[in-house]
Amino acid sequence: MSNIFLHDALIYLAAAVVFVPIAKKLRMGSVLGYLLGGIIIGPFFLGFIGQEGKDIMHFAEFGVVMMLFLIGLELEPSNFWRMRNLILGTGSVQLCTTTILIFAVFLFIGFGWQAALACGLALAMSSTAIVMQTLREKGLTKTESGKSSFAVLLFQDIAVIPILALLPLLAISSVHAPAAGDATLLSGQPGWAQTLTLLGAVGLVILSGRFVIVPFLRFIARIHLRELFTASALLIVIGTASIMMLVGLSPALGTFLAGVVLANSEFRHELESDIEPFKGILLGLFFISVGASINFSLIINNPLMIVALVCGIIMIKAGVLFLTGKLSRLSFDQNLLFTLGLAQVGEFAFVLFSFIHQLNILPAQSTDMMMGVTAISMTVTPLLLLANDRFIIPRVGTKEKEEKEADGIDVHNPVIIAGFGHFGSTLGRFLRANGIHATILDNDSDRVDLLRKMGFKVFYGDATRIDILKSAGADEARILIAAIDSPEINYDLVDKTKKLFPNLTIMVRAKSRLDAYELIDMGVKDIYRESLDTSVRLGIDVLIKLGIRKYSATRAGQNFIKYDEAAMNQLARHRHDQDTYIFNTREQIQLQEQLLTNDREVNPTLNDHAWDSDLIVNKLADDGSEH
Amino acid sequence: MNKILILFAHPRFEKSKTNRALLKNIGKRQGVTLNDLYEQYPDFNIDVNREKGLLVAHQIIIWHHPIYMYSAPALLKQWIDLVLEYGWAHGKDGDFLKNKIIFNAITAGGTREVYARGGYNRYTIREFLLPFEQTATLCKMIYLPPFAVQGTHLLTSEALNQYVVFYHTLLDRLVTGDFDVDAMKKTEFLNDWLLSKTELAKP
Repeated sequence: MSNIFLHDALIYLAAAVVFVPIAKKLRMGSVLGYLLGGIIIGPFFLGFIGQEGKDIMHFAEFGVVMMLFLIGLELEPSNFWRMRNLILGTGSVQLCTTTILIFAVFLFIGFGWQAALACGLALAMSSTAIVMQTLREKGLTKTESGKSSFAVLLFQDIAVIPILALLPLLAISSVHAPAAGDATLLSGQPGWAQTLTLLGAVGLVILSGRFVIVPFLRFIARIHLRELFTASALLIVIGTASIMMLVGLSPALGTFLAGVVLANSEFRHELESDIEPFKGILLGLFFISVGASINFSLIINNPLMIVALVCGIIMIKAGVLFLTGKLSRLSFDQNLLFTLGLAQVGEFAFVLFSFIHQLNILPAQSTDMMMGVTAISMTVTPLLLLANDRFIIPRVGTKEKEEKEADGIDVHNPVIIAGFGHFGSTLGRFLRANGIHATILDNDSDRVDLLRKMGFKVFYGDATRIDILKSAGADEARILIAAIDSPEINYDLVDKTKKLFPNLTIMVRAKSRLDAYELIDMGVKDIYRESLDTSVRLGIDVLIKLGIRKYSATRAGQNFIKYDEAAMNQLARHRHDQDTYIFNTREQIQLQEQLLTNDREVNPTLNDHAWDSDLIVNKLADDGSEH
Repeated sequence: MNKILILFAHPRFEKSKTNRALLKNIGKRQGVTLNDLYEQYPDFNIDVNREKGLLVAHQIIIWHHPIYMYSAPALLKQWIDLVLEYGWAHGKDGDFLKNKIIFNAITAGGTREVYARGGYNRYTIREFLLPFEQTATLCKMIYLPPFAVQGTHLLTSEALNQYVVFYHTLLDRLVTGDFDVDAMKKTEFLNDWLLSKTELAKP
């Protein structure tokens, strides 16, 4: 048993380690890497894993479960409330229109109305896992299309709950005995009872979240054992999932709810950082098993049918999404990203289809086919986005590079700013006010359009792409400013620039002290922490408001910054002395401790003896007779 | 061989034709260190320990600055206030600068004639520089007469070149030790001492 487990773990992990870097190198994103890895180790190519891929998939669905728990955690009610129009509006338009269209098509093909409706609902879902991962990797979560995508996905994720509640009603006319070994509380009951059970379970999760889990976590936190907290976090997720499975519901939804309930508790960030690594690995596993579960014999037997289904469904979904995007006034480029990003069928379709099959709404063969279509459509998404990135966007909508005027000479600016968010824009405005022209790289098409209108020289696209850097004049420029919001993308940019354009001076925006350490390790000299100057400036004003003279306060601030930067460079070197690997959050705490101790030893604001006459007066008093 | 530290203070160096000419390639000269204060401390936050280290490492110090409103630019005053600490530069145990040579190298828009009793500015340059002289004396240093480039508003480029040669000759002689403090102290400006001791032409 354990042998098999080790063997499987070996294959899956190896597939991830081999294919994800390859995909990344080819700029295809990690999701496609996992999927391809899965296809290749799957039964139809190398055959390292056989049909049990499906069982693994059940296990790996846990990645999806954890992802939804995390999404739930991020959904503070106030946040949700602020986005309510976007979520309810865009989400409902997309879901209802897609369902109706697919329902109509399936009726036309010859499905029964129950089956057609069930399929419509399942196929209307998009993949939160793929889309969120891709958006994050590309640093697009904050663009308009990123926000709309999140809203639609969220609406779908929530809608799964009522859909699961509704499905038994569709099966009311055809209740069959469930398959052996699948005994849950739901099976074998009439539809209305199943619906009631479901609502009861949802209520249970909400109530226990409020009144059981939070007090329990407080108790655990008081014990001050890190592992125990991680264990408790996993226990909550697995426990909720088990209860949901027991009543025959989707565990993903249960944990999503649990996440929402816990979003308001004080443990939110702690839970997030504990679950995150597990989620990452399991989600990767999930993508691999999706790849491995694609039934190629099905495709070979009915190639036309499958291709037609995949294309048809993607086209219907894309069409609806494009219109939805238009309704919520996305600009063309953003809409294209939104449309192609969400055009696949998502992981919830697996859950829904197996439930639909269990309810005997759809026969086994069709279910298999639908699952195959789902998996294929998920595999196609990264390819579609890649095509969009490379071939469509550069040709239509916002151009990668501004058309040169016929007689215009391409002037290379001395400064390149990568990333024109709140940080880069302030910088760019300052430089412009002083007559320094900068070339800007940004990947938000709306912003690019605006900046071009304002007369900036802007390149649209991923700043870590070498060809874009080249055409932006990285060979001739003197300074490159990495001002991108995501530290990881900044690292990547710094790394590439150092290798390919060694003559460029690189100046980097760092989000935090840890981020700065990372950059020091990479050999960057000019590091600017967002968190430093502003907080010290605020601190100076605090001193002033408390009655300290402005000049003294200002000098104290100047000295503190000087001291802090020196301390940063020093501590960065010692950071590798520790032989234990510490998780991010704990490292932060340890860092704070180190800093506070240091501050106590060296008073960072001690200075200006010469302006204090105390020293002279005291000395004079000591040896008064001499003077 | 002596080492010279030029403490240069000019808030608009890039606009000062005279000072750019005087200081061109100065840091490359043997034995001369240029400490460009406005470049080093744009926020007026002087690193006192760094400055003390520099002072200790040099035997001859020059306060090189333009005359603004009959005195030096603000950062040089800030430097004097902060670096020349009691107990280090003066007062009890304040002997770190004892017997070092110091003087002002100044540029001024007005000619020597307007800085005179009956002139427009009513007092001489030496009189306006008295606070510097007394500061040097307090720090037990040897204060020499100033080197001055005056009438900069109307300076021809030939005359400016002449001043540059003067300044560089002065630095060379200070570095090599080819000077006599007592003879220098007898002149009103180091320019005069240079004229009497060399074959240089008067600008």
